Amino acid sequence: MGSYILKRLINLIPTLLVVAIIVFVITRLIPGDPAAVMLGPQASVEDVANLRDELGLNESVPAQFISYVADLAQLNLGHSYSYSESVIGLILERFPNTVILALAALVIAVVIGIPAGILAARKQNKMIDYAVMLVSLVGVSMPIFWLGIMLVLLFSVNLGWLPATGMGSLEDGVWTYIKHLILPAFALATIPMATFARITRSSMLEVISQDYIKTARSKGIKEYLVIGKHAFKNALTPILTVLGMQISNLLGGAVLTETIFSWPGMGRLIVDAIDKRDFVVVQGTVIFIALIFVLINLAVDILYKVVNPKVNLESDGGKK
Amino acid sequence: MKVGEVMAERLLDVENLTVEFISGGSTMKAVNGVNLQLDKKETLGIVGESGSGKSVTATALMRLIPSPPGKITNGKIHFNGRDLVGISEKEMRNVRGNEMSMIFQDPITSLNPVLTVGNQIIEVIRAHEKMTKKEASTKAVEMLKMVGIPEPEKRLKMYPHEFSGGMRQRVMIAIALACNPKLLIADEPTTALDVTVQAQILDLMKNLQQNHGTAIIIITHDLGVVWELCDKVNVMYAGRTVESTTTKQLYDNPLHPYTWGLLESQITVGIQEQERLPAIPGSPPDLSKSLSGCHFSARCPMATDICRSNVPELMEVQDNHFVACHLQSREQIVARKEGIFNATT
Amino acid sequence: MAQAIVNDNKKKNTLLRKLLKNKLASIGLVIVAIMTIIAIFAPLIATHPPNEMSIGKSFLPVNTEGHLLGTDNYGRDLFSRLIYGTRISMIVGIAAVLFGAIFGTLLGLLAGYFGGRLDSMIMRTMDGLFAFPFILLAITLMTVLGQGLVNVIVAIGIANIPGFARLVRGQVLSVKEEEFIEVTHSLGATHKRIIFSHILPNCMAPLIVYGTMSTAGAIISEAALSFLGLGIQPPTASWGSILKDGKDFLVLNPQMATYSGICILLTVLGINLLGDGLRDALDPKMKV
Repeated sequence: MGSYILKRLINLIPTLLVVAIIVFVITRLIPGDPAAVMLGPQASVEDVANLRDELGLNESVPAQFISYVADLAQLNLGHSYSYSESVIGLILERFPNTVILALAALVIAVVIGIPAGILAARKQNKMIDYAVMLVSLVGVSMPIFWLGIMLVLLFSVNLGWLPATGMGSLEDGVWTYIKHLILPAFALATIPMATFARITRSSMLEVISQDYIKTARSKGIKEYLVIGKHAFKNALTPILTVLGMQISNLLGGAVLTETIFSWPGMGRLIVDAIDKRDFVVVQGTVIFIALIFVLINLAVDILYKVVNPKVNLESDGGKK
Repeated sequence: MKVGEVMAERLLDVENLTVEFISGGSTMKAVNGVNLQLDKKETLGIVGESGSGKSVTATALMRLIPSPPGKITNGKIHFNGRDLVGISEKEMRNVRGNEMSMIFQDPITSLNPVLTVGNQIIEVIRAHEKMTKKEASTKAVEMLKMVGIPEPEKRLKMYPHEFSGGMRQRVMIAIALACNPKLLIADEPTTALDVTVQAQILDLMKNLQQNHGTAIIIITHDLGVVWELCDKVNVMYAGRTVESTTTKQLYDNPLHPYTWGLLESQITVGIQEQERLPAIPGSPPDLSKSLSGCHFSARCPMATDICRSNVPELMEVQDNHFVACHLQSREQIVARKEGIFNATT
Repeated sequence: MAQAIVNDNKKKNTLLRKLLKNKLASIGLVIVAIMTIIAIFAPLIATHPPNEMSIGKSFLPVNTEGHLLGTDNYGRDLFSRLIYGTRISMIVGIAAVLFGAIFGTLLGLLAGYFGGRLDSMIMRTMDGLFAFPFILLAITLMTVLGQGLVNVIVAIGIANIPGFARLVRGQVLSVKEEEFIEVTHSLGATHKRIIFSHILPNCMAPLIVYGTMSTAGAIISEAALSFLGLGIQPPTASWGSILKDGKDFLVLNPQMATYSGICILLTVLGINLLGDGLRDALDPKMKV
């Protein structure tokens, strides 16, 4: 297992290099002089020249790239003019907030989505199955930025139960904190929740018809063990694959959710930075998110191996 | 019914068992009024082609028919003093794996791939016996040793895919016998295995039965297996019992044309290689359609008009020899057999 | 295994029949058909020019003065703007997926067919693109490209490339293993011929399914970009930009936000239903 993880970590290096190249190329594609764009139309020629110098824009492109990668390797993502702060500082300030939001959403998605999928599979072709499938179909099709607004309209504007925007401080009590978290977390959880329900159902249906489930039943063990231990553990492989993909959805969705709910996370930072034309921040945050995403996917792959002892022997997915 | 003293020895008495599958509006009688009797320590073979209802019968005894679409619609399963058809699911769970257990055709797919072998044995022990994990683990090692798996302590921690097919079937037998059941149902236990391994598994089952006195029901299409292991046989066709007697009687004096066909295919094919040739020309009828007459009549070389219109009852034509055929008189059958034998050679 | 759709009309007929037998897929097909018709005939359906402002008539409620769904903050007819928004959504959805499909398929074919260095170069790049959450990649590209219909198509199209490339490469690898490719090769067929007349047809079924599902994603992405003010340039009506305006006047006039979102949801739902049906009919082994 140790050597597997090491091998995967080494494999990450080329991927991360490609990520760096992509972001580098994209930012160099900005039409016009990035320095002038960043400083706005009122900037003096002198200021622009200084910034060009500072950003290293006067050097050759390969030299720029090398110093850029060297900076990245030290997690030096540059300095923001509009915030007068280092980009990594800005990110680290907001990163925990995004993590809290994404984790809350993931927990909601898993805790509701997976049991709903199991239930639907157990009651295949009954009312409850149709209901779960219908709701999850609408769920995967949901524009969450719209759902977020509708939730605000209902729960904040009309009912006045929950705050529409912002993040609560723990000093004001746990309940205030949670109240601020509920709406954005639910909005962000929608698509992963629905996806989990769908994949869990189809995966469980496939597993339940396998011979070893019949064996388990023939042993006279309790039904919840048959479903929870024997069936679910086998159904887990496709669910984990989807989990990896949903992390991407959560990180991307966070940009939209945080914007709607004024949640002080990384997504909000990106959108604000775009408004301020602060490309250094956009670039740094995007790279940071890509790095996090790649690391999480690695973790999911390792989990995959733990759950499925013969992941190397069998290709994947179902049989027949 | 039967007299009390006979009942004392009797372990299983199945009366008029009927299992139906409903799909898309049509009903299929997969098992149609089957009777079975089994005494303690006895071995019964249920023989038939695929689709004859033999596996469904076995599954019904465990009450493991998937519902929907299947259902036991009629009959009684007297087992160890009570009718299993009537008891609750919870009571039935106490029977499964404990008093009555089952092994299946394909050991590759019958073991859970993501749980260790030890886990799967310990689980059944702890479901039925009050034991700590450690005690159950010791028992599991004993069981593996008993079914002839070397290095059982080490094997306990391994996953099924690290075992060969034959070893996996041994594990399945260990699981099935872990709680010392009174009845073991083996559904085609050797069909998916290599020929040499088949013999080993059959030997193992024979030995275990002699040592433990477990009654066994073997579901098979292979009369060779019956000859090896069984005291008596139930031949099934299209959901019905067509002939039922002792193994010796069946071989010496088969009465039903279908049995005769099975035996003949065994003799011509069985000696060389276990190729699954269609024993008898034609295929079993579609049970979702309503049929008149003897279900075998369409394939029966001896069928007459009455066969096509009236269903033959299962009758005791000789002592302890039941057959469901309109040609019940011995002379008639012998004459017919001779005729066909001459025609085919 | 991907059965080719090489077998022409007869197969297409059975595909349509299979789809119509599937109740949910039929509903999806109907929704998609209606949306397509609305997009094509938008000028005939709309009751007002979509960008016609009338001062003093902003935020009219539903069904007043000939405005079916009322008016927005500039007094523009909401119904007509939503109708025209259908056009933008359908154009972006289809064009962006075509963009991604064409380049992705090409890259996937090259990588899978020739293998070796080319393969690892292409696929490493795709892995790199995959490291960005889809919408984030589109956002980043839009900040560089600037607002506009074509740029939206390009940005979402680029974000779609790696998915298609991976899909096609996987298909090529499995098709390549089948013997007939080798036979064809030994008979002297050129690479081009083998790729386009033997391998590509075998990729069609999963491509159609994946393409349909991606269209739903592209429509949501366009709406999201426009919602963030990065997509379609105002005053062009797009569901996302109507929603963006609606969000600012949520209390005053909730119908802007409500109806634009319902349009997005309904369209995406329809496409997803159709996609599910296509998957079941063409390639049931594909996962969600």
